[in-house]
Amino acid sequence: MKIDALWLRANVIKTVRDFFWERGFLEVETPLLIPANAPEEHINPIITLPSWQLQTSPEICMKRLLCSGHQKLFQISRCWRSDERGSRHLSEFTMLEWYRAGCDYRTLMADCEDLLQYVVAKCLPDNRRFVRNSVQIDPFVPWQRISVQDAFLHYGQVDVLDCLRKGLYEEVLTSVIEPALAGHASPVILMDYPIELAALARIKPENSGLAERFELYVGGLELANGFSELNDPVEQRCRFEEANCSRSNAGQAVLPMPEPFLSMLATMPESAGIALGVDRLVMLSAGVDSIDEVVAFTPEEL
Amino acid sequence: MYTVADLKKGLKIILDGDPYLVVAFDFVKPGKGQALYRTKMRNMINGSLLDRTYRSGESFEPASLEERTMEYLYKEGEHYTFMDQQTYEQVVMEEETLGEAKNYLLENLKVEVMLFGEKAIGISLPNFVNLRVTETEQWAKGDTSGNDSKPATVETGYVLRVPPFIEEGELIVIDTRTGEYSTRVKG
Repeated sequence: MKIDALWLRANVIKTVRDFFWERGFLEVETPLLIPANAPEEHINPIITLPSWQLQTSPEICMKRLLCSGHQKLFQISRCWRSDERGSRHLSEFTMLEWYRAGCDYRTLMADCEDLLQYVVAKCLPDNRRFVRNSVQIDPFVPWQRISVQDAFLHYGQVDVLDCLRKGLYEEVLTSVIEPALAGHASPVILMDYPIELAALARIKPENSGLAERFELYVGGLELANGFSELNDPVEQRCRFEEANCSRSNAGQAVLPMPEPFLSMLATMPESAGIALGVDRLVMLSAGVDSIDEVVAFTPEEL
Repeated sequence: MYTVADLKKGLKIILDGDPYLVVAFDFVKPGKGQALYRTKMRNMINGSLLDRTYRSGESFEPASLEERTMEYLYKEGEHYTFMDQQTYEQVVMEEETLGEAKNYLLENLKVEVMLFGEKAIGISLPNFVNLRVTETEQWAKGDTSGNDSKPATVETGYVLRVPPFIEEGELIVIDTRTGEYSTRVKG
């Protein structure tokens, strides 16, 4: 029933906010309408006024706040991505992002464990578990961390780089890996993605082919994506240009460069940031399988 | 042409020359990855189900299907012939394609024939049809066995259960959606 889902949604959002306030994070509101998002191959912003687009994520603005010296930041805001609609996608959705200066992606993994335990303890005090496709997922059971390479080898008997080359990465991930992760009784972290799949992440020092990026899966549902931030402006510009080049080859619009961000990036301290889908967190808390059940209105209802 | 963005339940497209109905659809997109459009489709000619996954940029030919009112003429072996009363155009359908519908086909019955190009791929019947009972056991007066129905054969050869008071030669109404007896035609 939607009335109950909206109460739960409000409670989850309030609880997330409490979590970060208690830990000394600054809650920020950055503009939703911006001149440029980070250009990515497979993310299409919604263009509104000429030269302005809705944010696909608040990351550009939040990283600029890190450059100005803020240490711990969080934001719960609306994001928009064109043409994304399915049982776990809405074009307009709610994202939680948090950033930490002086940390790498491992600190964020620990944050994820604390946050999910905090949310179930406060919002689901009787059961203290998430539910996805009738499977119960207990965030208090130790979380498994698996490298992307190992996950592809173990669950799919294939090499992830080989899949990428053949254009089969998404197919294997969504039809083999994610269903395998759905059977886990605790959340799972997939980590160390091939650099092709981490446009804004720092490369691992010991292995130049992998980036310090991770994804959090709960019941096989992708809930959050975090990484150690790349703060080399030359490398970052180069990756944005590559993304635009791939877009152009695929017949997609070339996107404008976030110039002020690029010019500040050299001043960004070592830091890490993460984005978590709030609608999906509510889905897992409510034990429902469709995003339609946790929002006040779907676009089709408007 | 349709694009992947048009995919949704109920869409009719052509695949390998056959018309397909999209019966299930979902959009998946792993983080930083390409979008996948997963579909389950039913072949509108033979009913078989098919799973297909598409990517951005793919396009589909719409299946244009036409429904036309036709009259059932006759059956020859496993072939059933229908005719458009306006144009006198005739189409032939196999028993397998007709499925359950063949139970209600009486000569001169008007039905809606679904056409895919020149090919007839199915019919829709009126919800109720009247058919005459050709064979059923006599109801023994005073039967207290408690049976509230008995088998009866109608003029198309279809066998169904009817109330005990129905007699041979009577006209009955059958619900074509369930295949069950509905009522008796009075007079």
